[in-house]
Amino acid sequence: MDLLDEGLVAVVKRDCPTCQLVEPVLADLSRAPGLRVFTQDDPAFPAGVADRRDDTALDASLALDIETVPTLVRFAGGVETGRVVGWSRAQWTELTGVADLGEGLPEHRPGCGSRTLDPDVADELLVRARGGSLRSRRLEISALEDEAEALFDRGFSDGLPVVAPTPARVLRMLDGTSRKPDEVVAVVPPNLVEATVEKVAINAVLAGCRPEYLPVVLAAVEAACTDEFNAHGLLATTWAAGPAIVVNGPVRAEIGMNWAGNALGQGNRANSTIGRALQLVIRNVGGGRPQGVDRAALGNPGKVGFCFAEDEEGSPFEPLAQSRGVPAGRSAVTVFAAEGPRGVVDQISRRPESLARSLALGLRGVVHPKLVRGFDATLVVCPEHARVFADAGWDRARLEAALDEALLLDRAEITRGAGGIDEGVPPGGSDQPLPKFRPGGLMIVHAGGGAGMFSAVIGGWAGGPGGSAPVTREVEPWR
Amino acid sequence: MAVNGTRGPGSLVILDPTDESSPDVRTAIERPASLDGLRVGLLDIAKPRGDVFLDRLAELLAERGITVRRYAKPTFTKPMPPDLRREITTECDVVIEALAD
Repeated sequence: MDLLDEGLVAVVKRDCPTCQLVEPVLADLSRAPGLRVFTQDDPAFPAGVADRRDDTALDASLALDIETVPTLVRFAGGVETGRVVGWSRAQWTELTGVADLGEGLPEHRPGCGSRTLDPDVADELLVRARGGSLRSRRLEISALEDEAEALFDRGFSDGLPVVAPTPARVLRMLDGTSRKPDEVVAVVPPNLVEATVEKVAINAVLAGCRPEYLPVVLAAVEAACTDEFNAHGLLATTWAAGPAIVVNGPVRAEIGMNWAGNALGQGNRANSTIGRALQLVIRNVGGGRPQGVDRAALGNPGKVGFCFAEDEEGSPFEPLAQSRGVPAGRSAVTVFAAEGPRGVVDQISRRPESLARSLALGLRGVVHPKLVRGFDATLVVCPEHARVFADAGWDRARLEAALDEALLLDRAEITRGAGGIDEGVPPGGSDQPLPKFRPGGLMIVHAGGGAGMFSAVIGGWAGGPGGSAPVTREVEPWR
Repeated sequence: MAVNGTRGPGSLVILDPTDESSPDVRTAIERPASLDGLRVGLLDIAKPRGDVFLDRLAELLAERGITVRRYAKPTFTKPMPPDLRREITTECDVVIEALAD
């Protein structure tokens, strides 16, 4: 592209009326040596310029970081010493040192957008400039293949259409984080493969994420691939649960997540695609696939992706992330094992004691009403139920304590054979009642729409060191 | 997928979302030891006298108790239409393709 060490460099395009306006000015300047003009569209433009260079490939424009044409740049000793954007007689005169430029022209005329900013070339330029930073194998979908079908055929999909992870899309996704593409995020089960930021970004593209979701996806992958969360076991179990994500902190609003009406349902892009991206990382990078290492007898619809935000603003409780040690005002994800949610109705209780017992009854059904301490659960309290606790001044700890108390189960009701049901806890031991959940095995989250005296129970999986425990990670380190 | 690292006209390049442990070039399935019980297709690529060769193959296979389905490309000069490819893959376990002149 040959920029000058000494003199003036102009960048123009014929498609720009201001460039056409200054065509005679450039011809005048060209009578003295030391002017080189780069043309972005028509190599025959501008007329009357001796040193005219074809920059239709836009290399010089990129090197000069041109945003507007015409741009006139002065170099001295190989260093840029001044720059004028658009046409201004006074500024051109000052930069060139030539008086009386552009006789008959207006004093000032703004320029036009540089070709480098045209949407039709932006992707190509992005890949040309930064594609070398990508390490993943490039695959080719031939012109004879349907793009969507090809992505299904190659096994990259969870059964729903995915977005083709072109280099340009992946580069734009990577703009969502300051971390380098080759940094390792986590070792992903079941195949224990190192997932780089780039691989996670590729799967985030597949899932339909926007770049600003990427730090949340990265934090979720980091959290899910810990020994405590045990994504391998959760994947391999014949039980139906899969990984779910609840998001706390400012990032929820920044990326437009839903914690209100239909928070656990469809229709919000961030909610839907962040959970899906985590599952696609486990599928594609980790190699965990249904009827492969994923041995679920039934699974659940949330295994396509299950992610929602907590309603912190309307909650009587401390935000979940803060209750798990994250400083206030910081964003975090908490991953937990989740079956599908099941609603619990109570439209009568106005006393917190009554409502807590009511919700405890709903929780008792997790895994089996006669089994205890095996499986964890999450309770999603909706605003109309939360109001009962708020009015009574109950915080998270108070509700947890009331639920624990209501979930101390009488052995006589749950022993094998009781109620004419062979399943249950083995007989023997003391007559002491048994807690339904292990300590820390019940998590409370606040979300949902303003109408409906309902909450939801989300059954988990084997809790604690022998199974999976919820894991919280901050989002900020992945920004 | 990528064949010999070259890029065909109109193709789309994507980045591999997997751990890259599988080869990116798809390989042919293994030749079956026997045609017993398999659904056999005969594909005429529309070169001259390909039908002569395939008619005789159909006779020989019939003597072994194997019936065949017949397919033909519209022209040997262009790739097979995707619909025909899909039809063959859903209806056949094995396909014998005639190249003749």
